[in-house]
Amino acid sequence: MSLQSSRTPFDAAANRAVSAELKGLTVGQKKAIWAWVFLALPIVFYVVIRFYPTVSAFAISFTDWNILGEKSFVGIENYSRLVQDRVFWKVLINTLLYGVIGLPVSLVLSFVIAYYLDQVRFMHGFIRALYFVPFLTTAAAMGWVWRWFYQPSPVGVFNLILVDFGFSQQPFLRSTTQALPAVLAPAVWAGLGFQVVIFLAGLRAIPSTYYEAAKIDGAGAWRILREITLPLLKPTTVFLVVISTIGFLRIFDQVFNITNQGDGGPLNATKPIVLYIFETAFDSSDMGYATAQTVILFLLLLVITLLQLWYLRKK
Amino acid sequence: MNKLSGILLGSAIALGLGVGAVAPASAQTEITYWQYTFGARVDAIDALIGQFEAANPDIKVNHVNFPYADYRVKVSAAIPAGEGPDVVQLFYGWLDAYREAELLSPLPASLTGDVGDTFFPMVSAMNVDGEFWGLPTAVRSLALFWNTDLFAEAGLSGPPETLDELVEMGKKLTKRDKDGNLLQVGFTVVPTGQDHHWWREVLVRQFGGEPYTDGGRKVNYNSEAGIAALQFYVDMVGEDGISEIGFLTDGQTAFKAGKAAMTIDGSFRLGSFNKQRGLNYSITELPSHDGERFNYSSYWVNGIASKAQGEQRVAAEKFLAFITTNDAMQLWLDTVGELPARPEIALVDANQNHEQFGPFVRGLAYANATHFVDEAAQRQIMVDMVDNVTIKGMSAADAIDIAAEEEQKLLDRFYGS
Repeated sequence: MSLQSSRTPFDAAANRAVSAELKGLTVGQKKAIWAWVFLALPIVFYVVIRFYPTVSAFAISFTDWNILGEKSFVGIENYSRLVQDRVFWKVLINTLLYGVIGLPVSLVLSFVIAYYLDQVRFMHGFIRALYFVPFLTTAAAMGWVWRWFYQPSPVGVFNLILVDFGFSQQPFLRSTTQALPAVLAPAVWAGLGFQVVIFLAGLRAIPSTYYEAAKIDGAGAWRILREITLPLLKPTTVFLVVISTIGFLRIFDQVFNITNQGDGGPLNATKPIVLYIFETAFDSSDMGYATAQTVILFLLLLVITLLQLWYLRKK
Repeated sequence: MNKLSGILLGSAIALGLGVGAVAPASAQTEITYWQYTFGARVDAIDALIGQFEAANPDIKVNHVNFPYADYRVKVSAAIPAGEGPDVVQLFYGWLDAYREAELLSPLPASLTGDVGDTFFPMVSAMNVDGEFWGLPTAVRSLALFWNTDLFAEAGLSGPPETLDELVEMGKKLTKRDKDGNLLQVGFTVVPTGQDHHWWREVLVRQFGGEPYTDGGRKVNYNSEAGIAALQFYVDMVGEDGISEIGFLTDGQTAFKAGKAAMTIDGSFRLGSFNKQRGLNYSITELPSHDGERFNYSSYWVNGIASKAQGEQRVAAEKFLAFITTNDAMQLWLDTVGELPARPEIALVDANQNHEQFGPFVRGLAYANATHFVDEAAQRQIMVDMVDNVTIKGMSAADAIDIAAEEEQKLLDRFYGS
């Protein structure tokens, strides 16, 4: 006896009741029901793939777990270990530095490029494509090319140029102070194309009537930029600030590929929190400690994003 | 009914539940062997399985391999679930973690009774409280690779025998342009490569120290010998000027490009160097110091998973015994290039005098294996120690103290003291 044939009169009655109920609904209500039916799929997907692991990460962060054995509950031990971990503070500061340096530099650069590119008609599409190419390049390939760029003379191109112009050679990746900006440079460069394209779209969306009116009133270029372009570009800027901040605070692939053996060195000078999480989890198999770090990163991103949204929308 | 049991049986086999439990009528016992994917290792095990199955027609061995990146996680997820391998390959440094998680069961005395006498001494690390938990087919060691063309060009007839000669020859083999920029290094100094093993297990001992005591639980290189060893190491990029850290990004690249005259690496690098056209090189034992030679050895072992019971267990033991015979070890050397784990087969003349394997094989006689608890983290501590001297200008003594403190913390956390 199969399951299909086990239908009872009760089931049939229930079925009739359901269709009767559906019949009683307006078209709008039926549409809403169908919308929810279709939405259920991505919602279930997100719950299983995104939300469940996120919530369980919070739970794992209170355990000691080496992937192999059972998880044992240790309370807030992982968090108190974080507070005392010098490397953790170092990577936290590094992560913030990536954001604090990377964000303004990349936004100013990309805005300036977009602003002037917007006025260029000659080969506009081609130039825009050139700026976009680095964004399409694999981080691994880029990391390795830049790694060779930073080699000492006569191998590395940057040092070769410095020497040619009579400056002294720089250690770049072998210096604890220069390494972080040196790693950040290709990351900024790679993201530039995306930011330029978004800024260009924003600039194009500003109605030209405003500019015409301003010109008739005798406003100069600087005034137009300050009082028309920038304020009207705000939604675009908000979007880019939020997206880029998250991007810089989650930096990983650039550092992993450009530093020796992906160790975020020298002396942790370039190690961001995501790389430290990766090492703790998959080299040291210390899952509890690693998830505690991800919880901190999550809270950090949450707070920064909320603050930015609040601040940039306020005005 | 008949059909149903057929389906059940089929799915039981498919799920790897074991034929023994479901179909006692079947004469064949199936066991599963796991290792990570590496071309030559896969070929070697396939060849050994062929021989084993021919000799034992009642046993079928399934060989499963997957990329190294997923290896540890899959093993640890599969065995507790009653799936996965009966015989499993693992890195010797993982043993403690695997034992704690009860993924392995100890090997019977019938297999391990004479291990202490017949295997190389470092295999004794697999002995915990009188029981052996794994046996290697092959072991690895380090040797000095030297570029014969560059040596001839510098008018040198042979490789260095001692550390002092290494530095002296290194100076002759280093080339700089008129501004003092390095064009070619005499020796590769790469703390992130094999050098951290060389420093720990070779240099520290050669300068009269002992890197660890208490079975690897206590850091002991923070001594006069350790300081002298570190000073020697960093002097190569400082005072002696025969190298530069990060030159052409790493040691292999520099050596393959013919821009480094000497480098220290393992036998597993032979394949990559042999493929490099135009690279003429030879291999010699690690240089001695004050007449003392040491080497570092590491190895992968075969263990029996705790899930293997009954017939599977018997078959697993048979298979493990088979892949650790002398013949299996010779096959592994010829196919993979890793060295036999028993002196009686490793040290036969043909291997000892082999042009490429010879120096590695001879090095095994005086090799030690570090009792790692977290190799990546322990390597990082060594790398930072060298950077503290070479970048921050710290004294060797201070840098060693920091490293010793960090590593002791790591060991204490693992051993829970």
